[in-house]
Amino acid sequence: MKSNLNSSNKIFEKELLVKSTTDNLAKIREFIKAAAAESGFSDEVVGKIILAVDEACTNIIKHAYKYSPEGNIFIKIKLENGKFTISITDEGTHFDPNRVPEPNLRQYYQQKRVGGLGMFLMKKLMDEVKYSAPSENKNQVVLIKYLSS
Amino acid sequence: MAEFNVNLRGVGPVSVIDVKGYLDAHTAPELENVFNKLLDQRQYKVVVNFDELKYISSAGLGVFMAYVETMRENQGDIKFSNMKENVYNIFDLLGFPILYEFFKEETEALQKFSS
Repeated sequence: MKSNLNSSNKIFEKELLVKSTTDNLAKIREFIKAAAAESGFSDEVVGKIILAVDEACTNIIKHAYKYSPEGNIFIKIKLENGKFTISITDEGTHFDPNRVPEPNLRQYYQQKRVGGLGMFLMKKLMDEVKYSAPSENKNQVVLIKYLSS
Repeated sequence: MAEFNVNLRGVGPVSVIDVKGYLDAHTAPELENVFNKLLDQRQYKVVVNFDELKYISSAGLGVFMAYVETMRENQGDIKFSNMKENVYNIFDLLGFPILYEFFKEETEALQKFSS
């Protein structure tokens, strides 16, 4: 881990590897909370980042690994030039974000559908959300928040 | 480990669910169990008191969406009270205030059922 704490141009990288179980969500939130707070975000923004990462990891556990507890979730955080980047990588089923429609709450309510809200929240809470497949058996979602925002 | 507690109590004809701690994909099934129990007992008037809830993710919000229609079809409802601002903001982002009633105090939500 590189660290330079005495200026606003703080730089660091942190990593966390966890198995794909929902009881790890609390551990993931603690990890994100510490890193986001250290980066200088306000409590309100720290809360938004924590929730966005929780939603991303919940989606991986549910959809990529379909609740199988043996999958890996690899989280890498990087702060550089006021840009806070969280890259979350899994080795589960490939997921095409373009096939998930924006939710319409009234419609959801009528259809008793309860999924799909996580992606919508992630986009609302973060400055950028990008999906990619860095290799054949890996999926990655990158969440970005700028310190100035 | 995320700490979450759910407690069910009756206030007249209304069932009050107290939620405490962290409501996420890991703990949401505990809340679902309480709603299933209410359906078994044909209790459809529900107030959820959020006074001690610190955190909610969409997995928690989904529980309310899954049960509210059944409650309303049976002359009941799910009403919310005592929500902290950070928790309310998440409900607000997803447009819940259009479809659900929020009250500052539990007593106001209870009164709404008797009016």
